[in-house]
Amino acid sequence: MTEFSFWDILRNLLLAARWTVLLSLVSFIGGGIVGAALLFLRIGGRRWMRLLSRGYIQLFQGTPLLMQLFLAFFGLGLFGIDVPAWLAACVALILWTAAFLAEIWRGCVESVAKGQWEASASLGMGYLQQMRYVILPQALKVAVPPTVGFSVQVVKGTALTSIIGFVELSKAGSIVTNATFQPFTVYGLVALIYFALCWPLSKSSQLLERKLNVAHRNH
Amino acid sequence: MTYHFDFGWLIDSLPVLLKGIRITVQLILIGAVFGVALGIACAWVRALGPKWLRPVVATYVELIRNTPFLIQLFFIFFGLPSLGIRMTELTAANLAMIVNLGAYSCEIIRAGIQATPRGQFEAGASLAMTPFQAFWHVVLVPALQRIWPALSSQIVIVMLGSAVVSQIAAEDLTFAANFIQSRNFRAFETYIVSTLIYLALAILLRQLLAGLGWMLFPRKASR
Amino acid sequence: MSLIAITEVKKRFGDNEVLKGISIDIAPGEVVAIIGKSGSGKSTLLRCINGLETIDEGSIVVAGAQFLPDETHLKALRLKVGMIFQQFNLFPHLTAGGNVMLSQMVVKKTPKKDAEAVARKMLDRVGLAHKFDALPDELSGGQQQRVAIARALAMQPIALLCDEITSALDPELVAEVLAVVKELAAEGMTLVMVTHEMRFARDVCSRVVFMHQGRVHEIGAPEDVFANPRTPELRQFLGVQ
Repeated sequence: MTEFSFWDILRNLLLAARWTVLLSLVSFIGGGIVGAALLFLRIGGRRWMRLLSRGYIQLFQGTPLLMQLFLAFFGLGLFGIDVPAWLAACVALILWTAAFLAEIWRGCVESVAKGQWEASASLGMGYLQQMRYVILPQALKVAVPPTVGFSVQVVKGTALTSIIGFVELSKAGSIVTNATFQPFTVYGLVALIYFALCWPLSKSSQLLERKLNVAHRNH
Repeated sequence: MTYHFDFGWLIDSLPVLLKGIRITVQLILIGAVFGVALGIACAWVRALGPKWLRPVVATYVELIRNTPFLIQLFFIFFGLPSLGIRMTELTAANLAMIVNLGAYSCEIIRAGIQATPRGQFEAGASLAMTPFQAFWHVVLVPALQRIWPALSSQIVIVMLGSAVVSQIAAEDLTFAANFIQSRNFRAFETYIVSTLIYLALAILLRQLLAGLGWMLFPRKASR
Repeated sequence: MSLIAITEVKKRFGDNEVLKGISIDIAPGEVVAIIGKSGSGKSTLLRCINGLETIDEGSIVVAGAQFLPDETHLKALRLKVGMIFQQFNLFPHLTAGGNVMLSQMVVKKTPKKDAEAVARKMLDRVGLAHKFDALPDELSGGQQQRVAIARALAMQPIALLCDEITSALDPELVAEVLAVVKELAAEGMTLVMVTHEMRFARDVCSRVVFMHQGRVHEIGAPEDVFANPRTPELRQFLGVQ
């Protein structure tokens, strides 16, 4: 049996962490795009659009991410496509992220004072103009801290993709543990690497929120 | 190529599913009660407790909130035994959920405590309450009422996250689903059914917590 | 011919009938004050005139055009009738100049340079030319409200609706806003003002409407309404003032 040094373990984990980062970025950006579309369905337009998006959001927020991953993995296979783990992981994470971001952003839009809608309406602006020039600029500012905060959840969510076989940091942790029989060290290091990825995002979110609240108080 | 859905296996697999549901429900009940208790204790330390203890709690909270639940679970179940601490799957699952919810609810409850209007502390003091009474009536109960929706949401999130304990062979609903689909080769239908069960559990849990909130806090919190 | 003709307007919120049949005709150049207790329906009536609230019965005709609650009519209406709000409702992410320019460019498709020229002129008219580049949170309440007036004026409305525009201001800032309104009145702008400023109503307005529980209770020239209140409700209201 070969001896594994601490650095062997760490190196393997860090190499796998690249996939965690990549998957997180793809999910977050993809989820953002789908989430923005969901947001417009959710707050504007016709009743069926609002109901549809509301149903989507409640479905994805009310079921385990793990189940969504399983369904993506086995479900896409129904159409005859041989689904690699990375594809199922991306699809599931993008759809999941979209639901949460849409809700966060809806809260931000609704936090813009009603008077802003009334003032812009009184000046003759239509819905799209109100959103584009008055409401969204204000909502976007408020949306930054919780959106950054949610990116932490996305990074942590990628850990579940190990269960459908995608080889990212957590899967590497299991593989290395099985090879070295040092679960305490290995999972300890895995935790620390996740911490190194997530903590800066968490802290930024907190700092941005504090800065935003200070700006508000000067009114 | 058309796919023929088949749900015939449901009848035979019912006992396994029911056991899985039972374990999942047990996990969240125990997790919620002890997790929130832990959260209250930690929130007290961070907001009002001894200064030397605060960095300890802060480290715990930040570690839990910035690492995946899966890894916390693996660390407890696979990692601790190498220090001599062994436990069953269910114990590890319960412990992981309590530790996880404890950290999140600490932050939620702490926000509620810190939103206590300044005058409340002074009112409590001037009414000659003991420190414990003051904390309970003046600070904690209004704080819990303030943050009840956020806390309920977090409990539901943890319940949905408990699906992961199947990975250490704790026999929850996901474990049951995995077991069933490995024998009936109907993975998609099996996971659809279990997803719908989770959705029902989430809705029920939300209603239960909302009802609990109405019972515990009948009056609206004053600002 | 009246500029704004309100006929038998009724409005309910759920079970609560807030406007129980209002009929008022406002001639061009008139300055009408609407007074009354809170809950009498004053603000609701105002908001019905520019379509922020829909009416359940009756009709509102502005400059000869019947008002119907669809997108095109709403927009046409709001281009004719501007509104100033109690809470100012300036756009916080734009400067004073930006606030005044925005709807000109977006709604009337005025090119930026022209919009800017109009904005400077309007801000100068309300005495705030030097604050063109200031953000709303750098301005006092009175200054913000004056920017709001400039913003509405930039759309060249034929009438202005003022919804308790000085109620949210510290007392010492009320005068500067009322001075601007007085000038507008002198220049012939049609104004409909919900106000608590009785002295201003007496000095500047051509007619006063006293509303009580959703109806027009008394209506007439300020001298008549204030000096000779005919109904007990108005007497009580004025006594309280």
